[in-house]
Amino acid sequence: MSVTSLGPPPRGAREGATFRGALGHAARAYPTLLRVGLSEVVAYRAEFIVWILTTNMPFVMLAIWHAVAADGAVGRFGRADFVAYYLGGWAIRLVTSTWLVWELSMEIRGGTLSTRLLRPLHPLFALAAQHMAALPMRVLVVSPVVVAMFVIAGDRLAVRDPRVLAVFLAALVGAWFLIFFTMVFLGSMAFFVESAIGIFELWLGLHAILSGYLVPLELLPRWVARIARLSPFDSMLAFPLETLTGKRDLTAALASLAVQWAYVAVMAFAGLTVWRRGVRRYVAFGG
Amino acid sequence: MSYPSDVVEVSQLYKTYRVHRRPPGVWAALRSVLVRKTEAVQAVAGLSFHIAAGERVGFLGPNGAGKTTTLKILSGLLHPTSGTVKVGGFVPFARDPGFLKQITLVMGQKQQLLWDLPPSETYAMNRAIYEVPKAQADETIRELTALLDVGDLIQKPTRQLSLGERMKCELIAALLHRPRVLFLDEPTIGLDVSMQAKMREFIRAYNEKYGAAVILTSHYMDDVTALCPRVIVIDHGKLIYDGDLKALVRQVRPDKRLTLRLSAPVERAVLEKLGTVVTHDQGLAVLSVAPALLNGTVQGALSSLPVADLSVEDPPLEEVMRELFRGKTVDAAEAAGRPAAGDAA
Repeated sequence: MSVTSLGPPPRGAREGATFRGALGHAARAYPTLLRVGLSEVVAYRAEFIVWILTTNMPFVMLAIWHAVAADGAVGRFGRADFVAYYLGGWAIRLVTSTWLVWELSMEIRGGTLSTRLLRPLHPLFALAAQHMAALPMRVLVVSPVVVAMFVIAGDRLAVRDPRVLAVFLAALVGAWFLIFFTMVFLGSMAFFVESAIGIFELWLGLHAILSGYLVPLELLPRWVARIARLSPFDSMLAFPLETLTGKRDLTAALASLAVQWAYVAVMAFAGLTVWRRGVRRYVAFGG
Repeated sequence: MSYPSDVVEVSQLYKTYRVHRRPPGVWAALRSVLVRKTEAVQAVAGLSFHIAAGERVGFLGPNGAGKTTTLKILSGLLHPTSGTVKVGGFVPFARDPGFLKQITLVMGQKQQLLWDLPPSETYAMNRAIYEVPKAQADETIRELTALLDVGDLIQKPTRQLSLGERMKCELIAALLHRPRVLFLDEPTIGLDVSMQAKMREFIRAYNEKYGAAVILTSHYMDDVTALCPRVIVIDHGKLIYDGDLKALVRQVRPDKRLTLRLSAPVERAVLEKLGTVVTHDQGLAVLSVAPALLNGTVQGALSSLPVADLSVEDPPLEEVMRELFRGKTVDAAEAAGRPAAGDAA
């Protein structure tokens, strides 16, 4: 019997499981993960388009407020402001949202998370890559609406100022990470409770009101708006959207950016803590 | 006691699950909202064994014996309740990347291939995740596709492949990083007989070429007989045998199976004079014969019966297992001359 040597211990054996090692490993793997992830999104294009079409609430709200504003501005919002707000809100939501909670919850309960846990790349790095890979397709779909927004309500947008544009782009990245880690937190609840999706639906209801998704925060009762602005929901949508539409000036936007990234750090810590504790309890039933 | 060549070391391993139980019915469902009764289920109870590099070991036991739980602990998916486990020098549940690069777990009913993409895309992803150099990955894919006769199937979307084709492609994905330890949980489940044989050949070839350890669970005893010189048998999470497969068969069912192909009909009563009749059909009779009487019985059969063909074999492993789980515990040391690891510790 001839035995081929399996070679020296693999790279990870020398690196150990240090955070730096894991980051380096992820950085090396990401180009391929993003490419494969994009191929998956393209393979699921019909499902993707259907999902986009179901995200139509901003258009419904736009129709309502557009009609209301026909008789005169509502607070600081005229008809063009509502167009900029809801089209911008729709685009930002499509670009920053991830529905990781469904995936995590299903994989934890069905035991298929095992496949991810067996790979020498942290499952959250792999999941992040998978969701980032969807961004080019989303940007492609969003582009015509963004063009329409510029044509109809271009004068209401504040991003011609490069400083505001920079804060807006940083806010988009922050919103993506904040939502991603929130989804990790909610999805990891499936390690502990049978109804993580129920908790998520509760979160979704709060998000719709407190993020400004349904109604601009400044049109809500003052006490509700105050709660919303203190909550992380503001950082998820209202902050980038109000920066885009000029409703939050540069000074306020910079303060919001600091708050947003503080929330990112808090949610990252909370999400990873629940994840780590959950993995210890994982029973891998059915998988 | 552990040896330098051991790649798997398990000592006094326990795993207990907490399971929620409630009786059927609406009232019980409502009550469970307020009061949740859970009970502890011991899946693994004090298991100890060692496996050396390059060994092929069958991991056997009835349903619920704790086989899959043990494999999941060994591969780092589950945290043990107590006891020590080391695989390739690593504590599995820490899931160090260096550990995960040395192992693979293949579960016959689960898949890692991306459903809507060709297997080649999963291979590309695994190559990046396991940090396999491109030249090595290409060589491994070439070699494994040839061994498994997969051809250009790896370019077809996974969902368009048959179960057997998918299983072959799964194995390639699982072995792309050339793991040193293979945990195979029912790798041939659902496959037809020829595909099962192909898989067995492949697993043996990989083991022999790379000197990788193979730990296999299967309900198909043919898998175990063909692949595993050594078996570890557990029941209710406890070790009941660890040693040579042939020695186990000899101890549990020492009788031999004498198969006679007959050129003319023979009365059952005539056959019963030679041994215990296991099956008796038109031109075929299978007798169970004590080893001490075998020579005489063979001579008697050849001289007094119209024998066209004759063979002597051990009883099928299925029967051995049935007998074993009827409550008879085997002394491994006596059976194989090898102490069960728990005793040695």
